[in-house]
Amino acid sequence: MTLDVARAVDDDMDGGRDPYAAAGTVGPEEGNETVYTLSGGDWDEIAQELASAEDGEPVEERIVVNMGPQHPSTHGVLRLVVETEGETVTEVRCGIGFLHTGIEKNLEYRNWTQGCTFVTRMDYTTPFYQEVAYCLAVEKLLGVEDQVPERASVIRVLLMELNRIASHMVCIATGGMEMGALSAMIFGFRERELVLDIFEMITGLRMNHAFIRPGGVAQDLPPGAVDKIREFLALMPERMKDIEALCNENPIFKGRTEGVGYLDLTGCMALGITGPVLRATGLPHDLRKSQPYCGYEGYDFDVVTWDTSDCYGRYRIRMDEVRQSLRIVEQCLEKLKPGPVMIEDKKIAWPAQLALGGDGMGNSLDHIRHIMGESMEALIHHFKLVTEGFRVPPGQVYVGIESPKGELGCHAVSDGGTRPYRVHFRDPSFNNLQAVSAMSEGGMIADLIVAVASIDPVMGGVDR
Amino acid sequence: MSENLPELPQPLAEQAAEVVAVRRGMFGGSGSSGDTSGYGRLVRTIEFPGQSPRPYGGYFDEVENELFGALDERDLAPEAAIEKVVVHRGQLTFHVRREHLLEVARTLRDDPALRYELCLGVSGVHLPGDTGRELQILVPLLSITHNRRVHLAVGCPDEDPHIPSLTPVYPATDWHEREAWDMFGIVFDGHPALTRILMPDDWPGHPQRKDYPLGGIPVEFKGAQIPSPDQRRSYR
Repeated sequence: MTLDVARAVDDDMDGGRDPYAAAGTVGPEEGNETVYTLSGGDWDEIAQELASAEDGEPVEERIVVNMGPQHPSTHGVLRLVVETEGETVTEVRCGIGFLHTGIEKNLEYRNWTQGCTFVTRMDYTTPFYQEVAYCLAVEKLLGVEDQVPERASVIRVLLMELNRIASHMVCIATGGMEMGALSAMIFGFRERELVLDIFEMITGLRMNHAFIRPGGVAQDLPPGAVDKIREFLALMPERMKDIEALCNENPIFKGRTEGVGYLDLTGCMALGITGPVLRATGLPHDLRKSQPYCGYEGYDFDVVTWDTSDCYGRYRIRMDEVRQSLRIVEQCLEKLKPGPVMIEDKKIAWPAQLALGGDGMGNSLDHIRHIMGESMEALIHHFKLVTEGFRVPPGQVYVGIESPKGELGCHAVSDGGTRPYRVHFRDPSFNNLQAVSAMSEGGMIADLIVAVASIDPVMGGVDR
Repeated sequence: MSENLPELPQPLAEQAAEVVAVRRGMFGGSGSSGDTSGYGRLVRTIEFPGQSPRPYGGYFDEVENELFGALDERDLAPEAAIEKVVVHRGQLTFHVRREHLLEVARTLRDDPALRYELCLGVSGVHLPGDTGRELQILVPLLSITHNRRVHLAVGCPDEDPHIPSLTPVYPATDWHEREAWDMFGIVFDGHPALTRILMPDDWPGHPQRKDYPLGGIPVEFKGAQIPSPDQRRSYR
C-alpha cells in the first residue's frame, strides 16, 4: 500500500477513481493510492498519524508542494506544482491562467486603432513591443508598411530600446530579489524608473502607453525629450557599473546562478525558446539582425551571446544587451530628422494630434475650430474615422519581433471589417515557461526559483 | 531558377478564393442602424486569398519546390498533402490537409534544404462562415539555418474538431495546443495532456469562439448609460 501525502496536488485529469475522495473510502485491497490533503503541523507527527490510520503499514511519501500563485519568488501569479524529495525537485509543472483577462477576445469588439490600448497591457514590462508588433501586423494587412514615415520608425525603435533597458532592469531586479540580493533589486528598479520618467514625458504614461498606432505614433516627441534622453545616456553606464560591481564577480551570486537552470541549444530548439535564454547557448539569433523591421538594418549594434547555457550567462547577456540598447538609442537621436510621425493616408491617420494648451495636453483647438466652424466634411470625416474606424482588407498575417524576452509574434486576422477579427499574441514568456521543467527537474528547490527568474516570465503576457 | 531541378512539382489545381462570410448592405451597419439608402440588398462576399499564381517571388518558390520534392521522396503526393499555397502580404502559407500535417511538419523540420527548426506556436481562428473549415489554426515556423519563415494553415469542421497534435515533431507546441483547445475547442489528437490552460478546468465552453458572447454590463454615468462593448453599435 502506498500512501500519497500532498499539501496540494496536481490537476490530475486521468479520470477513473477519484484519488481525492475522503480517506478510508477506498480500501487497500484495491491497490490504489490515497491522497491526503494536509496543512501545517509537525511532519513526523503527521506521518505517524497517517501510518497509524493505515494500520501501521509502511508509508511511501511523495510530497507535492504548491508554490504560488501568491508567492513573492514566483515572479507574479505563477503556480509551480513541485514534487520534491527532500530539497530536490523531482518533477515540476507550471499552472498559469491566474491573470487571464481576455484581452484577445476584447480586441474583437473594438476598432483597429483601439486595439493598441489592449495589447499594451499584455506584458506590462514591455508595452511598446506589443504595440509595435500589433501595428506592424495591421500595417502589413493594410499593405502600407512602406508609407510609415521615417521619423515614426525611429521613434518606435527609440522607445523599444529604452523599453528593453527597463525590462532587463526589472528582470535583474526581481531575479536578484528572488535570490535574496535585495541591493540588485533596489538598483534595478531605480534605473528602470529613469526610463519610465522618459516614457512619462513622451507618452504621458509610465506604462500602458497606447502610443504607437497603426500608421505611425500618436504624438511627436515633446520639447526637451531629446535632452532628457541624452542625460539618461550619460548617466546609465555609470549606474550599470553599480549592478555589475555588485553581481558580476560576486561569489554568492555566481554560486547561485552558475550551472543552474541549464538548457542547451537542442532543448531551446525543441521547446521553441528564443531571447536571452537561446543566446546564452551561444547562438546569435536576434530578429533585429536576421529579419530587420522598423529600419533596424540601419543601426550598428552587436548580438550578445554567452556560452554557458545557464542563469549566469542569461544575466550577463541582459546586462550587455542594455549596453547595446544604449548604443541604438544614441544612434536614434542622431537619426531623428524633422518630419511627420503619422502616415499621410487620411483614411488611417486620425485627423489631428493633441496639442499643448493652457491646462496641459489636450484637444487641438485649431482642429476643433476647423471641424466645428469651417468644414462640415472635416467634421463628418473626423466622426466616421474616430467612431467607426478604418477597414482592413481580409487576410491574415503573422509578424514576429525581438522583444527583450524572445520572439513576440502577432497573428492578426481581418475579415475586411473595422474591427480585428482575431488577434493572437505569441508571447515569449508563455512559450519559454514550458522550459521550467527541463531546467529545474533534478535540481534543488532554491535553484528552481533562480531558473524561473532567468526566463523572466511576466504573467500579464503569459496569460493575456 | 528551377531548371536544374530534376522534375517540377505539379501545380496545384486552381481554386477560387475562400469565402469566409457574406455581408449585406453597403455601410456595414448592423441591425440597430436602419439603412434607408436603398443599398440594403447589396450582397458582398468576404474572401480570403486563394491559391497564388507562380512564381511567388523571393525564396518562396525554392521552399515550395524543396518541400514538394521532399514529400515526393517520402512517398507522399504533394497534391494530396497540400491544399493550396497562398502568398499574401509577403508571407508564404501552406494550407495542409490535417491527415498529413505531421508528415509535412516533419519534412519541413528534417529536410536539410528546409530545416524549419523552430515552431512558434499554434494560433486558432474560428470562422463560422467558412463551411467545412470553421476551425482553423496557423502555425508559424522559422528556419534559423536559412533565415526563412513559412506558415502552415490547417482547417477542420466544427462537427469534427480534430487536428493531429504537432507535439511529436515540435514539443514547443504543447502549451499552444492546450491554449487552442481551451479557447476554440480544437482537439489535438496525440497531445500528451490536452487540458485547459488559461481558463479554469471546469469552465463551460470555449471563450474565443465567435458564438461565445463577450458579456459585460452597461456602465452608468450621470445622465447616461453606456452599453457593454458587445451591445454597442458596430460597423462591419
